[in-house]
Amino acid sequence: MQNRSLSFWLFLTPVIMGLGIVVVIPFLYGLFYSFTDWNGITANAFIGFENYINLFQESEFMDSIWFTVKFAVVTVILLNIMGLGLALLVTRNIKSGNLLRTVFFMPNLIGGLILGFIWQFIFISVFGDIAGLTGIEGLNGWLSTTNTGFWGLVILTAWQMAGYIMIIYIAYLENIPKELIEAAKIDGASSFQRFKNITFPLVAPAFTVSMFLTLSMAFKIYDQNLSLTNGGPFNSTQMVAMEIVRTAFSDNQMAYAQAKAVIFFLIVAVIALTQVYYNKKREVEM
Amino acid sequence: MKKNKEKRNLISIEILGLLLGLIWIAPFYLMIVNAFKTKRDIFSGVLGFPEEVVFSNFVEAFIDLAFLKSLFNSVLITGLSIAIIILFSSMAGYALARNKSKLSGIIFFIFVAAMLIPFQSVMIPLVSIFGQADMLNAGGLIFMYLGFGCSLSIFLYHGAMTGISKSMDEAAIIDGANRFQTFWYIIFPLLKPISVTVAILNVIWIWNDYLLPSLVLSESNATIPLKMFYFFGQYTKQWHLALAGLTIAILPVIVGYFFAQKQIINGVSEGAVK
Repeated sequence: MQNRSLSFWLFLTPVIMGLGIVVVIPFLYGLFYSFTDWNGITANAFIGFENYINLFQESEFMDSIWFTVKFAVVTVILLNIMGLGLALLVTRNIKSGNLLRTVFFMPNLIGGLILGFIWQFIFISVFGDIAGLTGIEGLNGWLSTTNTGFWGLVILTAWQMAGYIMIIYIAYLENIPKELIEAAKIDGASSFQRFKNITFPLVAPAFTVSMFLTLSMAFKIYDQNLSLTNGGPFNSTQMVAMEIVRTAFSDNQMAYAQAKAVIFFLIVAVIALTQVYYNKKREVEM
Repeated sequence: MKKNKEKRNLISIEILGLLLGLIWIAPFYLMIVNAFKTKRDIFSGVLGFPEEVVFSNFVEAFIDLAFLKSLFNSVLITGLSIAIIILFSSMAGYALARNKSKLSGIIFFIFVAAMLIPFQSVMIPLVSIFGQADMLNAGGLIFMYLGFGCSLSIFLYHGAMTGISKSMDEAAIIDGANRFQTFWYIIFPLLKPISVTVAILNVIWIWNDYLLPSLVLSESNATIPLKMFYFFGQYTKQWHLALAGLTIAILPVIVGYFFAQKQIINGVSEGAVK
């Protein structure tokens, strides 16, 4: 198919229109409007960087970024440990391997909104009852403080997504030649030595893949945040995505929210581009 | 001797695995058990079995969720979105893979680069533009899903095209088929494995999506997650009804997973590793 051929363009028209109207044009509009006093319908004045200057001085927005960063760091570490652990577990020669894969992966298929509601029940009612039975005070009043809200979100996300990360690690684990492990066994390597010297180096690429995947997932979380804590208490567990949605659709400050959305884009893009850079570098080394 | 030790090891790993599996499904178990309880029963304890098993929660939740209607809306929106994403993305992936020019490379790059843009960064102008065009409805939503979903899908189709020899096209063209016939009768059937992957990834996303439908759809044509959100808001502190509603809402997913678990896990694995 040549550039000038009609069929080339006919084949591309639907997706070019789709991406153009839904993503590219709104993105460019948004960039432009973030420098104005746009109210969602009309923009009266070009105000330069005013929105951007304001957002860096707004404690609620900066708090939401800081909260998201903390959440992302903890979740990424936890998810990768759990994902690798589960992958090592189900790829062992055990009878329930396939069943366990199915079970660990299941929460991934259900939306974050619904899972957040289910865990609201677990954290409030189930934890409360367990506290009553065992006398463990720490299980009372979950989701009513910033700290328990934070860990509630971490637990929910780790439980939901560990199965997904497990799948990624499994894909890499199953690519390790069996002969390599067998040979090491015959040479008398212990199972820890086999893990350290064979499995781990060969699974290392999966580490980069899932680290950045989890990092960008953690940054973009919205549904779980909405249904589990709804940002409370006092907006202290509000993540960036939710903060932007509220500024736009509850406070109706469209241009200001759009400026926040541009900053959000820059953060997410930097994370993703770092990943691309690392992947390229690794491919060269290999 | 050594064999025995290994066997014992495997058994302890198996037990550990099963215990973890139980912990994993505990939230679902607690949801279902308590959905069968009366309000008073839940109040007196959520850890035990129901004193008396009641089904009325499910009936009430089913009616309040307008479940058949929400299910219909979800199936319709997800189904149509997937159909157009698969058709148009495979066409584009084919055209871009068969044209080796610089322009074709640039177009492909733009689609891939667009994946960097998070939803929140386009959401406000998007809603404004579609609102002014009077397109904040199911049709508009399906078109939006094409726009958001086509990038990853084109990327996957483009990759799969490298495994399909150009001589396939040439033979069909010599036999007198036009480009679209060549694509539809020769290439598209060969892309079936990747179409399954594309369908699975997009179904998981669109079926569960909440934020975009909440900005686009009115309550009367709400999808399941959207309806669930309204429903849950009505029943705070009435866990017996809320839990029955949640159980009903995830039932279609569990049934689907039961029948296609292997394809789903393979599809997700392929989508993530590429």
